[in-house]
Amino acid sequence: MAFYVVQFLTGLASAASLFLVASGLSIIFGVTRIVNFAHGAFYMIGAYVAFTLTERFSGTFGFWGSIVAAALAVALIGVIVEMVLLRRIYHAPELFQLLATFGLTLMVEDLVVLIWGPDDLVGRRAPGFKGAVDFFGQNIPSYDLFLIVLGPVVLGILWLLFQRTRWGVLVRAATQDRDMVAALGVNQKWLFTSVFAVGVFLAALGGALQIPRDAVHHAMDLRIIVEVFVVVVIGGLGSIIGAFVAAVLVSELNAFGILIFPKISIILVFLVMAVVLIVRPWGLFGRPEAPARKTPGLTVNPWRPLTSNERLAALAALVIAATLPLFAGNYALTVGSEIAIFVIFAVSLHFLMAVGGLASFGHAAYFGLGAYGVAFLAKMAGLPMIVCLLLGPLLGCMGAAVFGFFAVQLSGVYFAMLTLAFAQIVWSIAFQWVSVTGGDNGILGVWPEKWAASPSHFYWLALGVAALVTVALRLAVFSPFGYGLRATRDSALRSEAIGVNVKRMQWTAFVIAGTTAGIGGALFAYLKGSVFPDNLGISLSVDALVMVLLGGVETVSGGVIGAIVYKALNIWLVSQTDLSKLVLGGFIVLIVVVFPKGIVGMLEMLAQRRKSTSPPGGTLLAKPIESAE
Amino acid sequence: MSVAPPLLVVEGLTKSYGGIHAVRGVSFSLRAGEILALIGPNGAGKSTCFDMLNGQNRPDTGHVRLLGEDTTGKKPREIWRLGVGRTFQITATFATMTVRENVQVALISHGKQLFNLWGSTPSFDRGEAGRLLELVGMGGYADRPCGELAYGDLKRLELAVALANQPKLLLMDEPTAGMAPRERVDLMRLTAQIAREKSIGVLFTEHDMDVVFEHADRIIVLNRGTLIAEGSPAEVRGNPQVQAVYLGEGLVYDSRHREGAPA
Repeated sequence: MAFYVVQFLTGLASAASLFLVASGLSIIFGVTRIVNFAHGAFYMIGAYVAFTLTERFSGTFGFWGSIVAAALAVALIGVIVEMVLLRRIYHAPELFQLLATFGLTLMVEDLVVLIWGPDDLVGRRAPGFKGAVDFFGQNIPSYDLFLIVLGPVVLGILWLLFQRTRWGVLVRAATQDRDMVAALGVNQKWLFTSVFAVGVFLAALGGALQIPRDAVHHAMDLRIIVEVFVVVVIGGLGSIIGAFVAAVLVSELNAFGILIFPKISIILVFLVMAVVLIVRPWGLFGRPEAPARKTPGLTVNPWRPLTSNERLAALAALVIAATLPLFAGNYALTVGSEIAIFVIFAVSLHFLMAVGGLASFGHAAYFGLGAYGVAFLAKMAGLPMIVCLLLGPLLGCMGAAVFGFFAVQLSGVYFAMLTLAFAQIVWSIAFQWVSVTGGDNGILGVWPEKWAASPSHFYWLALGVAALVTVALRLAVFSPFGYGLRATRDSALRSEAIGVNVKRMQWTAFVIAGTTAGIGGALFAYLKGSVFPDNLGISLSVDALVMVLLGGVETVSGGVIGAIVYKALNIWLVSQTDLSKLVLGGFIVLIVVVFPKGIVGMLEMLAQRRKSTSPPGGTLLAKPIESAE
Repeated sequence: MSVAPPLLVVEGLTKSYGGIHAVRGVSFSLRAGEILALIGPNGAGKSTCFDMLNGQNRPDTGHVRLLGEDTTGKKPREIWRLGVGRTFQITATFATMTVRENVQVALISHGKQLFNLWGSTPSFDRGEAGRLLELVGMGGYADRPCGELAYGDLKRLELAVALANQPKLLLMDEPTAGMAPRERVDLMRLTAQIAREKSIGVLFTEHDMDVVFEHADRIIVLNRGTLIAEGSPAEVRGNPQVQAVYLGEGLVYDSRHREGAPA
C-alpha cells in the first residue's frame, strides 16, 4: 500500500513542472492565439541556464536566486523573440505560426549543443531539500514534497494575478475578444509582449525546477512539448485550472501506467485522451474555439486541372528524370530515389492540408508505419518484396484509420496538436516495445530483391511509384470527392447544410493520406535496408510540413515542387555543415515570414502579373451588375 | 390556391436555456408553395425556433414533421436529404471555388457522388449547375471566383445552392440582411417567383417589414418565445397585440421625441 502512495506522490511531483509549462502555453494561446511550439525550447533553455547559474552560485540563496534569475533571463529572451518574430506573424494562418515556432525550436536545439555540449548535465540538489522522508519503509525525496506544494501555490498566484490585477482583467478580456480590447484603446502590442513574457517565464521556471530531479539534455524540449500538448488537449486550451487538473491526471497515469504496461505505458495516457476527446472535444475545462475573424481581401485562385500543354511538360519532366541512370552515378541515383520517395510523402500530406485544410503535425507516423509494415512482412513473414510493398502500407492505413477517427473530431490547432501527440505515441511504442520493433536498434536487413536491387532499378521503381501516386492524388483533387473535401475546408457550416458528412469526408481524406504516406515509407525501408523509430519521428513530420509550405499550400502542385527543392537542399546542407538544424530552423522561419505563398504560389503570382494588365478586381467593377429578373 | 396537404408541421416546440424560456409551445404549419414569414422583435425566439427546424438545435419538447416524417433532433445534413434547402443570415459559401463549382458541390452531394474518387468534377453536372445559376440571374458569373462576388450576388448564389437538391421547403434566415433596399426587393421577388413556379414552401425570418408584407402569404409573430398572432399580412397588420409589440413603446418614444426635439 505504502508503495502505491509513494508512486502517487511521485506522480504529483512530476505534475508540478508539467503544469507550469502547460499553463504558460495556455496563457499565451488565450491571448495571442499562437500555439507556441517553442515552449519546450524555452523550458529547456531555462534548465540549461539554471544549471550554469547554480554551478556558479552555491548556497541556499545562490541556488534559489539562480532558479528565479534563470527564469527571468529566459523570459527576456522570450520578449525579444516576440518583438522580432511573432509580431510579424500574428495575422498569419495558425499553421504558419506553429511552423515558425517549430523552426525556433530546431535552432535552439543546435545552439544548446553548441554552448553546453552534447552530454547530459547532472545538476545540484536543492539546498534544504536534499534528503528523503521515510514513509512506512518507502523513501520520498523531500524535493518531491516541495514540488507537490509548489503546484497549487503557483495555481493560486496565477488566479490572483488574473482576478485581482488590472493586467489580469485585460488578459481575460483579450482572451475572450482581442479585437474588442484593441478597439477599447488598450495597447495591444505591450499586452501581447507581457503575456508572452509571463508564459515563457513559467516554462523556464518549470525547466529550472527540474534540474535537481533530472539530468539536463538537449532532447528534453520535444519530450515536454508532446506531454504539454496532451495536457492542454485534455484540460482545454486556454484554461489554467484545466492545465492543472490535466497535468496531475497525465502524471499519475504515467506513474501508474509503468506498473500496468511497463513496456508501453504511454498507451494509457492515449486511451484517457481518446475518451476525453469523445466526451468533451474541447477538453475538460475548455470551450469551443470561436472562429477567428476572417482577414478580408483574402482571395485564392480557383484551382484548375493542367492544360494539355502543361501535361506534356510534366510528362517531359518525368521522361528526363527517368534518363538519370544513363549518366549519373550510384550516389546520385540513391539521392534521386530518396527524393522520389519524399515526393510521395509530401504529396500525401499536401492532399490532406491543401485540399482538406487539415494540417497534420504527425504525418511521419503513417510513413513510418508503412516502413515497419514492410519490415515485419519481410523479416518475420518472409514474404516476397512485391507482396510486402503492396501490403506494408496497410499498416499506415490502419494507423491513419484509428488515429484519424479521433483527430478529425477536432480542427485547427487542436487537430495539429493531436496528430503530433499520436505520432509521438507511435514513436514511443516503436522505441519502447523492443521485443517486436527492436527498439532503438531498429529492424535491419530489409533489402530489395534482385530485380530492384541495383540503384538504377530501384530509382526507376521509386520514380514510377511517385509518378503514379502524384497522378492518382491529382485526379482525386479534381474528383467529386476532392471538391466535397475542399467544401468542408471552405465552410463546414455550408457543407453540413448541403448534406455533406464533414467528419466522414475528413476521415476518408486522412486514411487516403496516411495510406499514401505508408507507400512512401514502404519504399524507404527498402531504400535504406532498415527501419528505425526515427522513421516516424517528429522531425520527419516537420520535414513534410516544410516541403508542403515551401511548395505552396494553396496550390495543386506545391507538394511535388516543395519535396524536390527541399530534399535536394537538405541532403546538400547536411553534407556541408554540422549545424543543419540551426540552418534548417532559420530557413523555416524565413519561409514563413518572407515567402508565405511558397514557390509555386510565387510563380503563379508572377505569371498572373505578366498576363493581366489590369488587376482582377477591376474587371468585376467595370461590368454592369445584371438584374435578377 | 387549393388546399394542399401540409409540408411542414410544427407542434408545441419548447426550448429553455437555464431559467429562460426561449421558445414556448410554438405550433404552426406550412403548405407547399406557401411563403410564410416568421417575425418578432429581437429576442423573441425566432432564431432558436429556426435552428430547431433546420437541425442545428434540439427542442426540449415538441415535434417537427416534414412530409409526414418526424425530423425532430435530426442533423442538418439529414434534414437536407429530405428536401430542405437553406440560406444563412451571413452567407456561407465556398470561397476558394468558382461560382459554378459552388453549385456543383451541392449537385454532387445530391447525386450521392461525394465519395467518388475517379470522376472529373469540372464536367460534373455542368449543365444543371448552369441552369440553376441562370435561374437566379447569375449565369454570367459562373466562372468567377466566389471570393470576388459582391454581397448581394453571394445571396443569390446561396439561393442557387439551396435549390440544387430540388427542395420542397426553403428555410431562409434573414435572407435580405445586409443588402441594399433595391437588392432586397429583387431577391425576394425572385424567391417568390421560383417558389410559386416549383411549388416550394418557403419559411423566412425577416426584420424588414416592407419585405415581409410585400412577399409573405402568411405571417406568424413571436414575442418572448410564444406565438402571439398568425394570419394574412392584412390580419397581422391590424392585430392590436402585434401593434403593441412592434409599435407600443416606439410610439411613446416617438411622441416624447417630438415634444423635446427642436425640429
